[in-house]
Amino acid sequence: MSSTLGHPAAAPDGWDAYGDDQQPRVGFFTDTSVCIGCKACEVACKEWNLIPEDGLSWTGESYDNTSALGANTWRHVAFIEQEKPLHTNGDGSTGLRWLMESDVCKHCTHAACLDVCPTGSLIRTEFGTVIVQQDICNGCGYCVPACPFGVLDKRHIAKPPELPAFHGNEDGRVWKCTLCYDRLKGGHEPACAKACPTQSIQFGPLDELRERADARLAKLSGEGWNGVQLYGRDPDDGVGGFGAFFLLLDDPEVYGLPPDPIVTTKHLGEMWSSMAAAATVLVAGVACAFIGRRR
Amino acid sequence: MPSLGASFGRGGATDFQQDLQNSDCIVIMGSNMAENHPVGFQWVMEARERGATVIHIDPRFTRTSAMASKWVGIRAGSDIAFLGGVVNYILQNDLWFEEYVKHYTNAPVIIADTFADTEDLDGLFSGWDPEKGKYDTTTWRYEGMEMHASAGNREEGFGPSGHQAGHGGAGGGLRHGEPPSEDPDLQHPRCVFQILKRHYQRYTPELVADLCGCSVEEFLFVCEALTQNSGRERTSAFCYAVGWTQHTVGVQYIRTAAIIQQLLGNMGRPGGGIVALRGHASIQGSTDIPTLYDILPGYLSMPHTEYYGDFESFMQANTSPTGFWGHFKAYWVSLMKSYFGEHATADNDWLFKQLPRIDDDNSVYFTVDQMLEGNVKGYIIAGENPAVGNSNGRANRLGLAKLDWLVVRDLVEIESASFWYDSPEIETGELETKAIPTEVFFLPAAAHTEKDGSFTNTQRLLQWHRQAVEPRDDCRSDLWFYFHLGRRIREKLADSKEPRDELVRYLRWDYPTHGQLDEPSAEAILAEINGSETATGAPLDAYTKLRDDGSTACGCWIYCGVFKDGVNQAARRKPHWEQDYVAAEWAWAWPANRRTIYNRASADPNGDPWSERKKLVWWDGTKWTGHDVPDFEPTKAPDYRPGKDATAEDAIAGDHPFIMQADGRSWLFVPQGLVDAPLPTHYEPHESPFDNPLYAQRANPRRQQRKKASYDPYNPVADEPGAEVYPYVVTTYRLTEHHTAGGMTRTIPYLSELQPEMFCEVSPELAAEAGLEAGGWATIFTARSAIEARVLVTNRIPPVTVQGRTTHQVGLPYHWGARGLTTGDSANDLGHLALDPNVHIMESKAMTCGIRPGRRPRGKALTEFVTELREQAHSRREMAPRHEPEETRKTSKT
Repeated sequence: MSSTLGHPAAAPDGWDAYGDDQQPRVGFFTDTSVCIGCKACEVACKEWNLIPEDGLSWTGESYDNTSALGANTWRHVAFIEQEKPLHTNGDGSTGLRWLMESDVCKHCTHAACLDVCPTGSLIRTEFGTVIVQQDICNGCGYCVPACPFGVLDKRHIAKPPELPAFHGNEDGRVWKCTLCYDRLKGGHEPACAKACPTQSIQFGPLDELRERADARLAKLSGEGWNGVQLYGRDPDDGVGGFGAFFLLLDDPEVYGLPPDPIVTTKHLGEMWSSMAAAATVLVAGVACAFIGRRR
Repeated sequence: MPSLGASFGRGGATDFQQDLQNSDCIVIMGSNMAENHPVGFQWVMEARERGATVIHIDPRFTRTSAMASKWVGIRAGSDIAFLGGVVNYILQNDLWFEEYVKHYTNAPVIIADTFADTEDLDGLFSGWDPEKGKYDTTTWRYEGMEMHASAGNREEGFGPSGHQAGHGGAGGGLRHGEPPSEDPDLQHPRCVFQILKRHYQRYTPELVADLCGCSVEEFLFVCEALTQNSGRERTSAFCYAVGWTQHTVGVQYIRTAAIIQQLLGNMGRPGGGIVALRGHASIQGSTDIPTLYDILPGYLSMPHTEYYGDFESFMQANTSPTGFWGHFKAYWVSLMKSYFGEHATADNDWLFKQLPRIDDDNSVYFTVDQMLEGNVKGYIIAGENPAVGNSNGRANRLGLAKLDWLVVRDLVEIESASFWYDSPEIETGELETKAIPTEVFFLPAAAHTEKDGSFTNTQRLLQWHRQAVEPRDDCRSDLWFYFHLGRRIREKLADSKEPRDELVRYLRWDYPTHGQLDEPSAEAILAEINGSETATGAPLDAYTKLRDDGSTACGCWIYCGVFKDGVNQAARRKPHWEQDYVAAEWAWAWPANRRTIYNRASADPNGDPWSERKKLVWWDGTKWTGHDVPDFEPTKAPDYRPGKDATAEDAIAGDHPFIMQADGRSWLFVPQGLVDAPLPTHYEPHESPFDNPLYAQRANPRRQQRKKASYDPYNPVADEPGAEVYPYVVTTYRLTEHHTAGGMTRTIPYLSELQPEMFCEVSPELAAEAGLEAGGWATIFTARSAIEARVLVTNRIPPVTVQGRTTHQVGLPYHWGARGLTTGDSANDLGHLALDPNVHIMESKAMTCGIRPGRRPRGKALTEFVTELREQAHSRREMAPRHEPEETRKTSKT
């Protein structure tokens, strides 16, 4: 990993604080046009990060028995069966397609989960990624509704025995993708990218990935792939671009992704100003009332 | 893989998966490669990225179809018709690779006038004996070929048999490598080319569409893609797996692809070939160093009781005068020296007399028959789970319950070890635990991470793995088990004077051991397999060094070279990005570290590459050279012509690339080695809803059946009354998330949660017709059994229109059983035991079934449910017999 790489235009909040320890911002480019839906990413992630099994329930929803990202699922492969041809250029491709997409925490440039965490458990790492420090998280859950993607989630299962006791039979803390922070520290790529047999999950410095994605988009558009688009690549979007972004073959909502995510704390400042104004008016009104009475 | 062996000379994938990146067109058929071979599939994706056309032909739209440029949905069991249509398209439109076909295949060879085609005999070939239910295959011979004296008895007794025959061991009788009669212009009416043309002339696009249930346009798309991407400048590849093999005519499925690849000139060339995908890490290895009953390591025939009385006649029968099977004796003697060391000498015929003999069909399903008859006392199961993985699970389990003892070695207590207390037959009351005499020994096995050893993978590549951790508790490696078992038996027999114990006492059994568990050295065994000079112990480096005088020992001749220079070549780990795409320094492939076999065919008859774009191996004026290890004698010039007395490889001309074949050519027409056909012919599956529109002969006449066995009843078929009880086509398959019979995956939480329940795949149309509710339950039944599954309604398994009838298909994964974190009914319980006659494999990829909403009956009611439906179906058939059963139909000619 070269440290001479320049920083993307929109720098992640908090990243600059690392000074000399700062590393190039890394992330994932998940190219769904080559995803074969093998779920090796899900398994490798769980193996490496020691994530518990998440229930043996069959959904009947195509081959997706994982359903969603959560505290115990940091990679989730979505399966979407469609009556749509793969290509639009009349090359004879079948009028049926099966989209597969490995979803993951987006490691947003402007991450609301960081903003709302009262304990400082959620942090920006030197790699520009977002992680939860499990030894600090108190399970308050503020970050859960703050995430525009529903990634952050509290773990509600029997606690691992070596951990300090929580009330009841629950872990209660928030868990999510760390982009394999421990592996990054050791100079390795994240487990999911390592396991992916078709390079659908590509790991690397974000600016390189963005270049690669642009070239990929141009190629596939030229080949007439139906609905091909990048999602979360743009640093000017509502969350300042994703650290883990995607090439999709249909609109984001088809995959269960928000089409135009906005950092949920974006309006927090304005809200505070409005609230302050309202409070001032209220205080003034009350004061007036008392003044009036005195009279 | 007798089909590939009979066509090309070796029973192995002809190419390596990495080479698929060089393909211009890849046809995946009989395989769900993306799901079951996801790692190898990356090279298909690479080819697609480079612009290749990827076609998937399958009854279901799978994860492979999702990645393909084109998916063609067909009826399960109709592949030969489809591929035969491609052959016809190539021939009718003159799109075959003329120079390749004329020089490298047996197209010009004239066949004896005793041969008659299915076109002449309405679905039978010449030589059919309705009494025996077998062919006299000598009627399919090359014209003018010398016959063995005992020709009439040859079929399964004399001459290379079973898997050796299927490995190119056939072809005896040819002298100096040239068939006696040929027509180089391919015009003689009895030359292979003309026979081929006539044989497939009725396989028109319209017939294909009507029989397979695809459209004419879809079929033509495949024909055009294949033909436009073959020739000097371009190559196409086929990938298949058990979707082709698990049929009563499975060997012939693969043969049809072999014919296409020969006509298009795609064999032995970059991005060409036929990739046989194997479902286990070392299935190729398990036939190379066989777990099969009828061969010894390296595909050498096991001697039969009946014919192989003396050593010389055995040698004569198995030694091909021409081609590399001409050295059979060297391979044989070296194997005996490897087994028995100084005890095997020329004077005692290398202990030939003492060797065990085959006295019967001992393949797995015939052994089940024997168990049920009470003729099998003990059974050892290792690396298999027949209670779940074998067809007609009930027959298998009832068989196990008749043994005296059973040993199961596995990672966990699988259903085959627990059948005596939790099988479906316990539930129905057919078996009662306390009444089962079988004593079951469960021996925990070590996993691959807990032992050293090699896998021989799908592309003949031996890859070494090293032990990472010690096995837990009582878990032991297979090597440990068999070594110490042998050691103890030998100790017990050390003083035996019995002649029958001689071979056990003579065995070389001196492997070094290490560690607290006395683990035998896997590397020492690999070195033994590689072979050495008996005098010095020096390792051999090539099978061409093997001698028939006892001066060499070799445990498996095709593996000779894997321990070249005393170095474990299988352990080499130089990644492909540090060398070229052939990656010759990654591990070691048999034979001789060749990655693409028959690669002499990548050059034209003069030894020049067919094109710059597709160059692999070529003649540089003095020797063969190129990117891969040439599959040819290094200095045999392209213009070499054998003398009249030449034998073995010297009898193969310099422009004949298929050096294992007696005539050095690939076989479009297989004159011997296969028992059911010299040319693939469309037969309906044993159970299907249709008659054969091409011939009166409906299904493969040579298929093996159990007509009288009460435990293997069959569904009425085609228009027989009663067939309407089982109106749907059913096919079984695997999912990425689980491994075969599930013993290794249903116990793993991370995999179980990804596919946590047995389900069936049905179309919305079938769901509506049968009243199935999405997400609900369905009961699927055949004459054998009934199982239940959750209902997955999907457009990915659409109905097809065949012979004007809408035909629904049901898809069933077969991973589940009674044990593990996720449990469910076994799809294989529905299966029957009608088999392919060459390899005795079951037809689980195309059967018929009935389906109803709701869960299946429990306990005794289940047996009643299955029996009632079956009796209903069978009684209707008996009330109104359709016509004389096809198998007893008399045929004349020859």
